[in-house]
Amino acid sequence: MDFSIKNLWVINVGGVDVWITETIINTWIVMLFLIVFAVIVRTKLKKFSDVPAGFQNVIEMIVEAFDGFVRSCAGEKLMFLGNWFFMVFLFILTSNLSGLLGFRPPTADWTVTFTFAIVTFALIQVMGFKFRKGGYIKGFFEPYAIFFPLNVIGELARPISLSFRLFGNILGGMILMTLIYALAPFYLRFVLPAALHAYFDLIAAILQTYIFCVLSLTFIGAMAGTND
Amino acid sequence: MQEIPFAIIIAAAQIGAAIALLNGLITAIGQGNIVAKSVESIARQPEARGSIMNTMFIGMAMAETSGIYGLLVAIILLFANPLIALYMQHFIK
Repeated sequence: MDFSIKNLWVINVGGVDVWITETIINTWIVMLFLIVFAVIVRTKLKKFSDVPAGFQNVIEMIVEAFDGFVRSCAGEKLMFLGNWFFMVFLFILTSNLSGLLGFRPPTADWTVTFTFAIVTFALIQVMGFKFRKGGYIKGFFEPYAIFFPLNVIGELARPISLSFRLFGNILGGMILMTLIYALAPFYLRFVLPAALHAYFDLIAAILQTYIFCVLSLTFIGAMAGTND
Repeated sequence: MQEIPFAIIIAAAQIGAAIALLNGLITAIGQGNIVAKSVESIARQPEARGSIMNTMFIGMAMAETSGIYGLLVAIILLFANPLIALYMQHFIK
């Protein structure tokens, strides 16, 4: 039983040790998969037609569904965020599902989830300032000026809770699966893990990806004042 | 001589991890309340099912946060215990 992130090798770049960990390798594998997938989709859709048919229909349906999701969570004015969040959605979903193939999911490393949460945090502040200007600044001093430190702490707590939610769920599922494989008696190793994989690696993975995107978009929309 | 305090640290960390995981009880009660109320409101107004389900998922994710923090405290106590390093640093020369 070993839940820690294995360090595969260390590269020395100008006196600084760069650790190439299991997370980085698995992230590259997920990225490679997504890039190959994107290239295949692009070559299949060589000629776009105005009247979609067959494969193009499926792709347009997926993109339209995600656009509607962004519209309902963040509002009409923030539709351009759909591109970024579709990428985040696909990356986190593929990472979470890679646990099914026996990889250590990259999202079971806090650095990966915290990176996405930091980007969400930056988007919240930038979009809040862009769409509400003075109202955004004033929002920190509400209801009274003395509440300013509390509001700042509340803002800083957002990326932490957002990243820990995804990280804790995936890590908890991974630890439980490892424990089951290590401790279950021989005759239980054929049926029980399948049912648990279906919950921890499939349902929880899809649900947590969805929740990460919904919460990010809702926070951004609420700060920018564009969702109703 | 060094083994006895070390064993006490390990035992206390494991008991602490078990206590930290007990907050799952209260988290589960809270999430159960959220689902119960959502089912009630869907039964009363079936046409608002979509938005109620959306709000329910967001609320459940919020309520889950405290449970996740407990899990993280337990994991830190079990696998990355800072107290052992402190003990090593101060008492084993």
